[in-house]
Amino acid sequence: MIRVQREDFDVGAELDRLAAGNHRIGGVASFIGLVRDMGGDDRVSALTLEHYHGMTEKKLGDIETEAHRRWPLDGVLIIHRYGRLVPGDRIVLVATASPHREAALAACQFLIDWLKTDAPFWKSEETPTGERWVESRAEDEAAKRRWAPPQ
Amino acid sequence: MKLLYFAWLRARIGCAEEEIDFPPEVKDVAGLLDRLRSRGSGYAEALRDLSVVRVAVNQNYVGLGHPVREGDEVAIFPPVTGG
Repeated sequence: MIRVQREDFDVGAELDRLAAGNHRIGGVASFIGLVRDMGGDDRVSALTLEHYHGMTEKKLGDIETEAHRRWPLDGVLIIHRYGRLVPGDRIVLVATASPHREAALAACQFLIDWLKTDAPFWKSEETPTGERWVESRAEDEAAKRRWAPPQ
Repeated sequence: MKLLYFAWLRARIGCAEEEIDFPPEVKDVAGLLDRLRSRGSGYAEALRDLSVVRVAVNQNYVGLGHPVREGDEVAIFPPVTGG
């Protein structure tokens, strides 16, 4: 399931819901992305996330489908926020449920690695010297390349 | 055709979206970007360095040689930074 929203989310409630009523599930893995208070050497007081409505949901759906193709998953949840957030706020939740931990953990890492390079979101940071757009990181492309391309 | 701009490309070009008459001589993404550069200094500056520009046609990532047609939705933006 994919959700792109302005509001915060309740991690415990979301993870409970992902596994509720399905006793085939033996493990739930999750990743939570938070707003940091530093960007490079500069203090960050807030950031604003912009996204391409429509394409965002489509790309996240494609990533979810690819995870299901690669691993035996009973559930996938991606929640990504947009709008203005402050340090400590949650940005993203990726969670996976599977009969066994290997698939849940690997698929969770795959999903966040792919989301980072494929989902059309952009961050703008508020720093003491003004607002600036965050630049993409080569490390994120390298993280995606750990996973074989889709067949 | 519908054009969408995001992040610093939106800021430099000065609008988030616009409808333009499809330029009949344009065949592909590279041709469209060339055409857009001639629309003003904001466009020319935003589209000067294509190594930091990404393009989606009808919500799919494409390369510069991808064809564009009348009625397409073309989005132009920097490399993504979500997550």
